[in-house]
Amino acid sequence: MSINQKLLPLFAAQCRRDLRLSLRRLGDIAQPILFAIMVITLFTIATSAEPKKLAELAPGIIWVAILLSGLLSLDSVYRSDFDDGSLEQMLMSPAPLALLIGARILVHWLSSVMPLVILTPLFAQMLFLPADLLAPLMLSLLVGTPLISLVGAVIAALTVGIRHSGMLLALLALPLYVPILVFGAGAVVAASQGLAWLGAISLLGAGLVIAIVLAPIAAAAAIKVSLT
Amino acid sequence: MKALLLWFNTTGSPPNFERFTKRWIPVWFALAFLCLLIGTVGGLFLVPADSRQGEIFRIIYIHVPTAWMSLFVFMAMAVQAFIALIWRIKVCELLTIASAHIGMMFTAITLITGSIWGKPTWGTWWTWDPRLTSELVLLFIYLGIIGLYNAIEDRRTAGRAASFLVLIGLINVPIVHFSVTWWNTLHQGETIRLVGESKMATELMWPLILMTFATKFWFLGSVLQRARAMNLEHEAGKDWAKKLVGVEQ
Repeated sequence: MSINQKLLPLFAAQCRRDLRLSLRRLGDIAQPILFAIMVITLFTIATSAEPKKLAELAPGIIWVAILLSGLLSLDSVYRSDFDDGSLEQMLMSPAPLALLIGARILVHWLSSVMPLVILTPLFAQMLFLPADLLAPLMLSLLVGTPLISLVGAVIAALTVGIRHSGMLLALLALPLYVPILVFGAGAVVAASQGLAWLGAISLLGAGLVIAIVLAPIAAAAAIKVSLT
Repeated sequence: MKALLLWFNTTGSPPNFERFTKRWIPVWFALAFLCLLIGTVGGLFLVPADSRQGEIFRIIYIHVPTAWMSLFVFMAMAVQAFIALIWRIKVCELLTIASAHIGMMFTAITLITGSIWGKPTWGTWWTWDPRLTSELVLLFIYLGIIGLYNAIEDRRTAGRAASFLVLIGLINVPIVHFSVTWWNTLHQGETIRLVGESKMATELMWPLILMTFATKFWFLGSVLQRARAMNLEHEAGKDWAKKLVGVEQ
């Protein structure tokens, strides 16, 4: 069998293993959801309960809540594998590290971020988002949130050897999330003003394509830097 | 290419780097002080006040050169980081971190002088204009690079991880630059162009050019000074470093 034929089953096997691991700990999947709901609740308490004002702020609040929630779960991308030594085994295995990391990133998005995207209609109701803005919001999240996992995984790879890296990880990743937020939330704001909003989402999509190709490679290189 | 690599490797060895910096630091600082002195006196006292903005415009002689430097240092730092990662030259790791400290200061000065200028001119200390926001993000990236370097215990790993982060942060630099064209709001567009006719009066230009050179020389001097100090700190246990400061062995 050629190496190319082996790569796909390998990727699938790694995804299955990671998915099974995260499904065994359903509590870990529920935590980001609870966190996002809590942030949204805090926003309504802190700003105003007036539907008109909340509707105006809704795209930004939802985007920030999901961004922060994804950020907090970033540590889990490598933490358990680092603690029990499987990460070093991945490093030494003949399989390309980027492929294994890519599976890890995909599973992070599936288990920690995607549930939030699915629940977005609920968040939108909580914040009185006008119904016609739900489609742009969902689309921007669908294209934009994988970037949270991809870019975040590169940064998390750099901090993998550091104890108590939570705050540092946030400080390093948030500046890189700015463009994602600008185009993601920006698309919804543009849609609310009746402007063309697909352009911003196309740019996000372009970023996503680049990140899918480059981020696993960059994350693998970063792991090699921090583990050797 | 081979000669260049050889030069890098010989100058990059810690004792040689010490000799190299000792020779060049005073030269760069002397040039920087000379340009700073003439540029500051020229900018603050000699050139006439701007016809529309009045005396307040003089702050551009600090604001604009430091703003350029905030990006220029990032580029220089990225080149160093690239070399540090590819050829694993230790001195380049030191130069990357040294650059991050100086770039952070230039960025901070840009933001502070910008708000001092903004208050009388726009009537506000701060606006959430894309270019200001991007400059702030640039400051955070500088701080993140320094923070990552300080968080990792092993100096070599820290240097390589920080260098890696520099290359990732490089994505941000074009965003800073092109944000002016992406969202054109309150902030005025570029006044000075390298290509084409400049919108700034020619008799107001010369101190600005001097200040631009001054900040470049200052960067060269202080980056070498910082890297030299770090180099000596890391090599403190080695024979050549002990001999240098006259410690008996």
